[in-house]
Amino acid sequence: MTAAKEINLTLKVWRQNGPDDPGGFEVYRAEKISTDMSFLEMIDVVNETLTLNGKEPIAFDHDCREGICGMCGAVVNGRAHGPEKGTTLCQLHMRHFSDEDTIVIEPWRAKPFEIIKDLVVDRSSFDIIVQAGGFISVNVGGAQDANNIPIPQDVVEKAMDAAACIGCGACVAACPNASAMLFVSAKISQLALLPQGKPEAARRASAMIKTMDELGFGNCGNEAECQEECPKEISITNIARLNREFIKASFFSSVK
Amino acid sequence: MTWITSTLGSSVGKKLMMALTGLSFCCFLIVHLAGNLSLYGGQDFFNAYVDHLHSLGVLITFAEWGLLILALIHILTGVTLFFGNLKSRPNRYAVNKSAGGRTLGSMTMPYTGLFLLAFIIFHLFDFHFTDHTTRTVFQIVSESFSKPGYVVFYVLAVIIAAIHVSHGFWSAFQTLGLDHVKYTPLIKGVSLVFSWVLALGFGLIPIFVSIST
Ligand code: FES
Repeated sequence: MTAAKEINLTLKVWRQNGPDDPGGFEVYRAEKISTDMSFLEMIDVVNETLTLNGKEPIAFDHDCREGICGMCGAVVNGRAHGPEKGTTLCQLHMRHFSDEDTIVIEPWRAKPFEIIKDLVVDRSSFDIIVQAGGFISVNVGGAQDANNIPIPQDVVEKAMDAAACIGCGACVAACPNASAMLFVSAKISQLALLPQGKPEAARRASAMIKTMDELGFGNCGNEAECQEECPKEISITNIARLNREFIKASFFSSVK
Repeated sequence: MTWITSTLGSSVGKKLMMALTGLSFCCFLIVHLAGNLSLYGGQDFFNAYVDHLHSLGVLITFAEWGLLILALIHILTGVTLFFGNLKSRPNRYAVNKSAGGRTLGSMTMPYTGLFLLAFIIFHLFDFHFTDHTTRTVFQIVSESFSKPGYVVFYVLAVIIAAIHVSHGFWSAFQTLGLDHVKYTPLIKGVSLVFSWVLALGFGLIPIFVSIST
């Protein structure tokens, strides 16, 4: 095992007091950062110094710090969740940075993601989209026997891949058009693929896409930046499925 | 709102219109290129092709109006999408970096599109809405391409069109939901090959004409 190194960094961090504050970048030094630290731990260290100096610490979202809850996230040097593939910000380690690097840290930027403070954005628009149809409304009754409904393994895998979405919002942040299509397509796909999701598929696709549009997300340009930045590596093949579900719902179902 | 307007007015609906009109233009480009290749056959061969085309009469008028309507849909929807997307991110990032998804074609779509609109208008006035009574189409073409500036401009325009198509072609399939583990890599490949064919097929014509006349 290699011993942890220590690095010194310059941070340019977006500071914004509230939704109506214009905000701006502040420059901080991050000294003696262990390369074994996560990115969030590095901000913790900076925040301790800020607090000791009587300054307001940098506000950022986090919860599990193990890459499963989807709370954390910031754009680091122009990349959502930083430069590593398939990694959330909390799982990004400082060993990926070099001594005396300058790191620019910005919040997710999209109209539906209002900045609450500094790097914290309001992602309740994702909840509103899920509330519009990202569920199945059946009375399940008692537990069934296993394998009562046979589902081919590859279909299960695809549904599970879509269900890996943690709703962090990196897809929106990374999309040049601030589109939420990868998120919505994952939520539509995880149900559309399974027999339990089929009865409401048309209503679901139609309602979720309508809600997504109303909330002010951009339009997908098939640029695939989202799939490259997604910490769960969700594929844009789900977006093609969303498009199919939309076509089916709009032209071949009775849902208006 | 009826179901039709709400379908076509939605984000995916607008993309569907872009995809369908865009693919129609791809078909048009194939026909256009096939016709233009007759320039390699020399003056008589080319003029014979032109006469043949014009003899289709009402069919040509029908195709022209059809193309105009498709173009209007493609342009107006494209502009709406472009400004809609700008509105979705009112505050831009200080640092922008691609994660590797974008291509030259995908990141320039609105701009190559705008350029192509300007080019098509120029092209139509250059060859179509011009005096056809005293000159054959071959004369009009060779006169244009005797000016080096025109040759450079046309070759540039063709390259830009090819860049636009390199993303547009496969993107249309994705928007139409035509995605499959077996066929998507093929569609992406065809998209690239097709744009190269367009670039070379159309791009070499001005050069050939300017050299040969
Ligand atoms: S804090 Fe939970 S995913 Fe990063």
